[in-house]
Amino acid sequence: MTDFFQLVFSGLATGSIYALTALGFTLLWQASGTVNFATGEFVMLPAFSMLAFMSLGLPLLASFGITMLLSILVLGWGFKRVIVDPLIRHGMMPLIVATIGLSMMMRNGVRAGYSAEAFSFPSLFSDSIFTIAGIRISASDFGTFGFAIVIIFGVQMFIQKTVTGRAMQAVAQNTESATVLGINVKRMVLYTFAINAILATTAALLVTPVYLAKFDMGSGLGFKAFLAAIIGGFSNSRGALLGGLIIGVSENLAGAYVSPAYKDGVALALFMVVILFKPTGLLGKTIERKV
Amino acid sequence: MTKHTQAPRLHFFSSNSIKLAITSLISITLACSLSTPAQAADSVKLASIVELTGSGATAGTNFKNGVNLAIKEINAAGGIMGKKIETTVMDTQSNPGIAKGLTKKAIDDDVFAVFGPVFSGSIIVSMAETRRAEIPNFTGGEAADITMQGNPYIFRTSFTQSIAIPKVANYIRRIALIKNLAIIYVNNDFGKGGNDVMLKSLDPSKTKIVADISTDPGQIDFSAAILKAKQSNADGIFVYVNEEESARILRELKKQGWNKPIVGETTLTGQKVIDLAGDAANGVRAHVGLTVDAPNPAIRAFKAKFEKEYKYTSDHNGMKGYSGVYILKAAIEKVGKFDRKAVAAALHGIKISTAAQPGVLMDVEIDNKGDLNRASFMVEVKNGKQEVILELPMIPTQH
Amino acid sequence: MTTPTKRNTAITVVITACALIVPHFLKSYGLYLLTYWLIYVICTMGLNLIVGYAGQKALGQAAFLGIGAYTSAILLKAGYSFWLALPASGALCFLMGILVGFPALRVQMVYLAFATMGFSELLSLVMRNEEWLTGGTFGISDIPRPSLLGISLDGNVAYYYLVLTCTVIISLLLWGILRSPWGKAFTALRDNPIRAESLGIDIQRYTLLAFAIGSAFAGIAGALFASLVQFIEPSPFNTQISIMMYLMVVIGGPGYFLGPVIGAAIGVLAPEALRFAEGWYLFLFGAIVVGLMLWLPNGLLSIPVLLREKRLAREESSARANFRSLATTKNGGAR
Repeated sequence: MTDFFQLVFSGLATGSIYALTALGFTLLWQASGTVNFATGEFVMLPAFSMLAFMSLGLPLLASFGITMLLSILVLGWGFKRVIVDPLIRHGMMPLIVATIGLSMMMRNGVRAGYSAEAFSFPSLFSDSIFTIAGIRISASDFGTFGFAIVIIFGVQMFIQKTVTGRAMQAVAQNTESATVLGINVKRMVLYTFAINAILATTAALLVTPVYLAKFDMGSGLGFKAFLAAIIGGFSNSRGALLGGLIIGVSENLAGAYVSPAYKDGVALALFMVVILFKPTGLLGKTIERKV
Repeated sequence: MTKHTQAPRLHFFSSNSIKLAITSLISITLACSLSTPAQAADSVKLASIVELTGSGATAGTNFKNGVNLAIKEINAAGGIMGKKIETTVMDTQSNPGIAKGLTKKAIDDDVFAVFGPVFSGSIIVSMAETRRAEIPNFTGGEAADITMQGNPYIFRTSFTQSIAIPKVANYIRRIALIKNLAIIYVNNDFGKGGNDVMLKSLDPSKTKIVADISTDPGQIDFSAAILKAKQSNADGIFVYVNEEESARILRELKKQGWNKPIVGETTLTGQKVIDLAGDAANGVRAHVGLTVDAPNPAIRAFKAKFEKEYKYTSDHNGMKGYSGVYILKAAIEKVGKFDRKAVAAALHGIKISTAAQPGVLMDVEIDNKGDLNRASFMVEVKNGKQEVILELPMIPTQH
Repeated sequence: MTTPTKRNTAITVVITACALIVPHFLKSYGLYLLTYWLIYVICTMGLNLIVGYAGQKALGQAAFLGIGAYTSAILLKAGYSFWLALPASGALCFLMGILVGFPALRVQMVYLAFATMGFSELLSLVMRNEEWLTGGTFGISDIPRPSLLGISLDGNVAYYYLVLTCTVIISLLLWGILRSPWGKAFTALRDNPIRAESLGIDIQRYTLLAFAIGSAFAGIAGALFASLVQFIEPSPFNTQISIMMYLMVVIGGPGYFLGPVIGAAIGVLAPEALRFAEGWYLFLFGAIVVGLMLWLPNGLLSIPVLLREKRLAREESSARANFRSLATTKNGGAR
C-alpha cells in the first residue's frame, strides 16, 4: 500500500512540472486565441539562457532575474509583435505553422549553437529526502509541488480578483464588448504574453533540475503540457493543474500496475476520451456555437 | 474567421503554378546531378553519415566530433600515405529512410569509406548499400546482428553487445555474486538488444532474473520502475539505458534507498552521467569498453585533445569515431594502396597495436566478421570519478 | 472562360517527358530522393484533401503512412504479392480513417489537431511495443520490391517508374474526386460549414469521407515507402513527421491542387539544399517556415493570386486617379 502512495506522490511532483508548462499554454490560448506549438521550447530557451549566464559566473538567482527580463522582452513582447499580430487575422492555421517553425528554430538553434548534450541544472531545493510513513519524498518533490500550487492559485487570484485580471478575462471572452467597455485590448493582450513569458521562465527554473537541460527537452514537455491543458480544461488555470497532476500520477500507476511499455498509454487514452466527449476538459465549460 | 481568396483552385494548370512546378522539377534535376564535387587527385574522401538531429543527436554528434578530430590530426601530419583526407558530414535525422539515401549519395560521390551511422536501425539499411558498392563502412552501433549478416564491408568501432554483455554477466555471477537480478533497460534497439543478450547470457540455475523492466527513451519519472525492482526482492540491478535516463535512474535509486549493487555497461558510468547524477553515481560499477578515464597514455592524450578542440569531455562515441579513422589508416598503410576491396580484406584479421598507431587508443584486433576484440575494464565510480578496478585482457582469438 | 487546352496539353507533355527522362540524368542518390519525394507527394495530397479542401486540422498523417507501410511489409514478408499488399494498405487505412474520424471529427478545429496527434502517439507506442507484429524497435527488414508480369521492379530506376505511375494515377483520382459533387461539397464545407449544412450537405459524412480518402492515400504511400527503403521501424512515422507533413501542405498552399508537390519538394529537399549550413540547416528551415507564414500565409501557390490582386489594386487606383483628373479638368481645372 505504501508503494501505491509512493507512486502517487512521485506522480504529483512530476505532474506539477507538466502543470506549470501547461499553465502558460492555457493562458495564451484562453486570452488571445494563440495556440503555441512552441510551448515546450519556451521553457527550454530560458533554461539554457540561465545556464549560459551561470557559466559566465553569475549565481542562479541573478541569472534567473536577467533571463526573466529577456523572456518578457523576447518571448512575450517580441513573440507577439513579430509573429502573432501579423498572423492572427489569417486564421489559426498560419499561426500554428509559424509556431511550429519557431519551435524548430529554437530547438535546432540551441542544438547547433550551444550543444547537443544534456546539462545538469542546480535545484532551488536541497538534496534531502524525507521518509514519511514509509514513503520517500525529496525536498525537491515538495518544493516543486508547492510552488506549482502557489503559482497556479496566484494566477487564478490575479485573473479573478484584480481589475487588470478581470479586464484580461473580458478581452478573452469577447474582444468587441471589451473594447466598447473602454478596456485597452492591445495592452491586455500584451500583458497576457508577458505573463506567459514569466510563467515559462519560472517553469524552467523549477523543471530543469529534474528534466535536465537538453535541446530537445521541449518536445516531450510541450506534448505533455498539451495533454494536461486539454484534459484539465483551459477555461481556468486550475485545469492545467488538474490535468498535469492526473498525467503525472496516471503515468506512474500505469507503469507499475498495467505495463511499463504502455505507461504513456493511460494518459493518452484519457486525453482521447476527454477530447472526444468533453473537449473543454474536465474543469471546462462547454463552448457555445458561434453562428 | 478564416479569409479565403477567390483563387480558381480547381484549375489544374494555372500558368503561374505550372511554371513553378516545371522550374522546381528542373532545379531538382540539376541540383541532384550537379551535386557531385570534383575529385581531387591527391585526396581521399570519407563520408560521415551520422545522427545529428533526432533521438540519436548526442551519440551521433560525439561520434562525428571524434572522427573530425582524427582527420584533422592526420591531415596535419601529412595525411594517409601523403593524401589528405576530405570529409563530408551528413545528418540522417535518426531516420533510416534518410540514412539510406545519404549512403547512396556517399557512394555516388565515390568516397573511400563511410563512418556511421551510430543507430542500429540506420546501419542496417546503410550497410546494405555500402556492401553493394564494396565500400568499407565503420559503425558505432553495438547491436549484435550487425555483424551477423555476412557483410564483408562492415566494421565495428566498439564491442558488439554479444561480447560486452556476457562480460558483465560474468561479473554479475562470479564476482558480484548476485543471485537475484533485476534488469532495467530502455525500449529501443540498443536497450532491447542488450537485454536480449543478457537474458541469454545468464545461466538461470545460477542467477535468477526476478524483474525485467522496460522504460521509454526520454523518460523522466522512474519511481514506478524502481519500485518494481524493489518489490522483486532483487539483490542487484543491471541498468542498461541511455545517458540522461541513467542519471535519472541513479538518482531515483538513491532516493528510494537502494543499497544493493548497481551494475551496468559503458553508458552507465560515463562522465556525463556522473555529472548529471552527482552523488548518486558513487558506488556504481560497470563494464566499460572505451572510457576516457582509462589509465592508458594514448587515451589520456585523446581526452585532452578532444577537450581542447571541442571544450567538453568526450564520451565513448567520440572515442569510437576517433579510433575508427585510425584503424582505417592502419589498414590502408598495411595494404599500401587505396584499394577499397583490398583494405576491407586486410581489415579482417588485422592486429593493430597502440605502439604502431597510437590513434587506435587501445590494442585492437578485428575478426573476419568485422567484430573487434580489445581489452576492457571494470570500473567503479568513486568520488565522482571513474576508477578502474579490474582490467580484462583481450580474449585470444581462436580461429 | 475556356482554358487554353492546347497550352495545357503541351505543358502536360513537357512535364511527362521531364519526369520520364529525368532518371537518366541522375545517380542513385538523386533517383532515391526523387522517388522519396513522389511518395511524400502522394501522402501530402491526401493530407491536402483533409486540410486544404475539407478544412480539417489533421496532425496524424504519418501514423497512416506507418499503418500502410507496416501492413504492406507484413503481407510481403508473409509471401503475399505486392499487388495485393498495395491496395490492402490503402483499404485498411481507409477503414482506419473512418474509425478514427468518426469520433474525432465531431470536435472542432484545434481539438482535432490534438486528437490526431494523440492518435499518432498511441500508434507510435503500439508500433514500438508490439514486437510480434511490427518487430518493435528492431523493425522489419529485407522488404522485397515487386515484380510485374515477370519483370522485376527491384532496380532503382524501375521502382521510380512504378512510384511515378502511382503518383499520376492518384493525382488523376484526386482530380476526379474534386471535380465531382463530392469535391464541391468538400470546398463548401471548408468555406462556410454552417451555410453548407443549411444547403443540405451532411457535414459529418463528407468530412469523414475526406478524412478516410486522405488516410487511404497515406496508406498507399506507406506501401510504396516500405518497398523503397526496404526496412521500416517506428521512427519515420512519429508525430514530428506528421507535423512536418502538415507544414508541407501549408507551405505549398492548402487547397491548391499542386500545393503538395511544392510543399513536399521543400520538405524533402530542403535539408539537401540547406546542406551548406551544416548543423544549422534545420534552424534555417524553421526560419524559412516562419518567414513564409509571415509573408505568404496562404502558401507558396498563393503567389500568383497575390500578384494578381496587387495588379488589380494598382489598376484600380490608377483608374481612380484618371477619373479624378478627368473630373477636375471637366470642372475647369479648378481644384
